[in-house]
Amino acid sequence: MSTISETPAIGLTHGGSEDTGLGHRGPESKSIVVPYGFWLFVLSDMVLFSALFATYASLVNATDGGPITNQLFDRKLVAIETVALLVSSFVCGLAMITAKRKNMAWTQGWLLLTGLLGLVFLSIELYEFAHMIGEGAGPQRSAFLSAFFTLVGCHGAHVTAGLLWLGTMMAQIWAKGFRQDIIRRLLCFSVFWHALDIIWVAIFTIVYLIGTLP
Amino acid sequence: MTEHDPELLNVAPGQPHDSMLSETISYVVGLGLALLLTGVSFWVASTGVLWGPGVAVGLVVLAIAQMGVHLVFFLHITSGPDNTNNVLALAFGVLIVFLVMIGTIWIMAHMNANMMTDPALMNLQMQR
Repeated sequence: MSTISETPAIGLTHGGSEDTGLGHRGPESKSIVVPYGFWLFVLSDMVLFSALFATYASLVNATDGGPITNQLFDRKLVAIETVALLVSSFVCGLAMITAKRKNMAWTQGWLLLTGLLGLVFLSIELYEFAHMIGEGAGPQRSAFLSAFFTLVGCHGAHVTAGLLWLGTMMAQIWAKGFRQDIIRRLLCFSVFWHALDIIWVAIFTIVYLIGTLP
Repeated sequence: MTEHDPELLNVAPGQPHDSMLSETISYVVGLGLALLLTGVSFWVASTGVLWGPGVAVGLVVLAIAQMGVHLVFFLHITSGPDNTNNVLALAFGVLIVFLVMIGTIWIMAHMNANMMTDPALMNLQMQR
């Protein structure tokens, strides 16, 4: 890991620059630093979720005589949720492409579709939660259910926050146009939205699929 | 050269490519691969053809593969020199995530095994 001594060599290999990456160039522009800082936040968010996953894995058998995973989860609903969030993530990427070309109508359209698909996901999740609580399988029933609602609910809260952010971004693009700072915020939003989809991959695999194996 | 183009050596995570075509292809390929891996995951979980005890491991492998697809095709995290900072941050994040998850699961499983030998005791103390 002797990165420092190798840096000039890397600089020479790529683009013929003699830049050491350390001095005279100064800090990167805001369009790099801001999304990078946001990337660090997203990674710390993943660390947060890893703690919730670990808690869930430790408590998944602590059902206190209450319902177990196989009795609670409906794979069909989860499949619809998964596809909705995945396509939402994809459409968010299309919105980024059109936003880069400063195309207002397409950007707003793709962002609206992103939000609607996010809303589909959130509605199904809330329906599932309401259904479980109605059956007496609320978070206070057992340690397993507490861990389940904490983990999946935390992801749902992130999606809710993402939808609010998305609405704000649509309004800002509409009112202020494709200014550089607005584009930066939009890029951060897309990173956030893609990251939520990555966390959902872990949730549907660990909680729903492995939880409902025969 | 770099003074005129300060973004030459670094790109932000999630930053779209310059070419609209390659960018769109990246997202479409990503979507296709992600849908494929999701479909395989759901199939693996519901089919009876596969060896039972291996299914859970297979699902975890599929999930990790799909996360990789998301990172590469949606977040544009690559192995290129302009991505070094993003990859190093990601590597550190992944390290902490694995330490927290494996460490917790390992320790808690051992505690369960060593401290609660009697299932009746587990019912009293653990399962609430």
